[in-house]
Amino acid sequence: MGRIVINAALCKGCYLCVEACRKKHIEIDDHLNAQDCYPVREAPNTECTACPRCATVCPEAAIEVFHD
Amino acid sequence: METNVFKRPQALTDTPTHYCPGCGHGVAHRLVAEAIDHFGLREHTVGVASAGCSVMMYKYFDVDTIEAAHGRALAVATGIKRTHPELTVFTYQGDGDLASIGLAETMHAANRGEKVCVIFINNAVYGMTGGQMAPTTLLGMKTSTTPTGRSLHREGSPLKMAELLSKLDGVAFCQRVSLHDPDQVYEAREAIFRAFEAQLEGLGFSFVEVLSACGTNMRMKPSDAQKWVANQMCQAYPLGVFKDDEA
Amino acid sequence: MTERCERKTLTMGNIAVAEGAVQAGCRAYFGYPITPQNEIPEYLSARLPEVGGIFLQAESELASINMVLGAASTGTRVMTSSSGPGISLMQEGISFLAGSQLPAVIVNIMRCGPGLGGIKPTQADYFQATRGGGHGDYRTLVFAPGNVQEMFDFTVCAFELADKYRNPVMILADAILGQMREPATLVPEHPPVEYDKSGWILNGAHGRPSRNIRSMYLEGDGQEELNYVLQQKYEQMEEEEPRHEERWTEDADRLVIAFGTSARIASTSIREAREEGIRAGLFRPITLYPYPKKALRALTKHIKKILVVEMNCGQMLEDVLAIVPQGVKVAFHGRPGGGVPTHTDILEKLKEL
Repeated sequence: MGRIVINAALCKGCYLCVEACRKKHIEIDDHLNAQDCYPVREAPNTECTACPRCATVCPEAAIEVFHD
Repeated sequence: METNVFKRPQALTDTPTHYCPGCGHGVAHRLVAEAIDHFGLREHTVGVASAGCSVMMYKYFDVDTIEAAHGRALAVATGIKRTHPELTVFTYQGDGDLASIGLAETMHAANRGEKVCVIFINNAVYGMTGGQMAPTTLLGMKTSTTPTGRSLHREGSPLKMAELLSKLDGVAFCQRVSLHDPDQVYEAREAIFRAFEAQLEGLGFSFVEVLSACGTNMRMKPSDAQKWVANQMCQAYPLGVFKDDEA
Repeated sequence: MTERCERKTLTMGNIAVAEGAVQAGCRAYFGYPITPQNEIPEYLSARLPEVGGIFLQAESELASINMVLGAASTGTRVMTSSSGPGISLMQEGISFLAGSQLPAVIVNIMRCGPGLGGIKPTQADYFQATRGGGHGDYRTLVFAPGNVQEMFDFTVCAFELADKYRNPVMILADAILGQMREPATLVPEHPPVEYDKSGWILNGAHGRPSRNIRSMYLEGDGQEELNYVLQQKYEQMEEEEPRHEERWTEDADRLVIAFGTSARIASTSIREAREEGIRAGLFRPITLYPYPKKALRALTKHIKKILVVEMNCGQMLEDVLAIVPQGVKVAFHGRPGGGVPTHTDILEKLKEL
């Protein structure tokens, strides 16, 4: 099992990570960040496999991935 | 025991980029930084920025960097590498810079076998100036200076830099990659690592052409721009290794 | 000095520049062939490797000057040389050197233009050299040698001042000075002065924070601030670097102002004038930027008649007119397009003053 840490302050809301995740573990937050973007967050009740496709496509290097 | 399987490379600063959402520059920067970390080069590297969106890469790379005049990155890199061969030198250039105004510098640095790495971002458009035609703009593609689409008879066909450069004896490594999905990014990472490896082994000029999305100037949302790269760019610009002296 | 006199050899001007660079510690040269300066790269292609330096023939002058910029960013003493059309191509790079505060020496062995022009000598690149030449608010320090010895000596000095100010320095000579042979001593008067560059060079951020060299400062008033930094350097140059030579000025009632080859010819005319009882003197600027304004103004306290002689249609003339006070008569004699003023023509003009 895995876990991700999103640096929401860096997120610009391109949502490429949302598309990249096969487990639908990432969703769009409903609060704006300091860059005036709706950043991404972990979706509740979903799992992370630490694959790490989301971090791979993130242009802001805003996602860290951990594996048990 | 939890392990960190993906973290921000040390060769990147913590500064948020000025790039548009979904821009390929961010991913390409990170891959170069990963290579610098991997080979332990953070204190032994000089990066040469070119005119274009990535001119401000000095803010994002935690290595020594210099800004070159439009098209002259490989001349600047030559001056650095020739006088300081112990440094690892890379240029980071867009398509207008490398394939249009700097074509002579590109061809001659490659032909001399300058032992530098070139990260060539091909997004088929002039990004920073607002979406004008690039030497790599696809046939039929509309830009702000080709309102009816690029025409073979008026503007000529897109320049295929990886194919051109692979014919030169001085080129040790030449590959075209794309960033349009995670698997392609893994490939791109491998290519950029091999390019740095080729320089460290003193093999010659190493070149990675990176197909990248400019959603803003394509008037597309980031995910659609990625699909456009996958469907249109990758057809016009076949991916693959065109030359590898290591292999 | 004795040693310098003893060791004189018959030397071509272009070779004196090239060897001066080596003696100054220049360890990299990038250039592209163009007449009448080809002896410089030819000589250095063999000489620089002997001292562990780098010689590279570039694909163009555009590439040359940007290779120079790259080498300069690492702290290497570096030079390029060219003439007319090639120097024009280098202007963007010279602007980048000035904006990036990088030291380099650029040699212009002038040939006549405009356009492709020809290979005959000229002084028509005075404006280009002294006004910066490229885009933006910058200056290059400009030396105008007048003989082969000075081609050597000023080249050594050019490297020192380039490092002192972190600014490009130009040697502005012409085809005659480049091609002529004279006895000269290819030993510097003193060991070349070195400057500590550790605070700004790019050498891989080893044990220090990474740094950047650039000319673009987009945030806030950064670009304006950079320009004030540059202007401070130019003010310091104006204060510390103007150089000139005066001959026969003590009792002179009229003055020839000329640099380089024109000054040599004018010297003959002045000697002839003096034989005829005309008390003429010579004012020869050695630095064309910064111009030796104070020295010239001082002379105009007692000399009220001036003849400016140039191998162009009147470029330094504009500086002279801006410097001398009202009431001083300024005449001009120039030959453009490869024409060389004769000593008899200058003598006639002196008499007419």
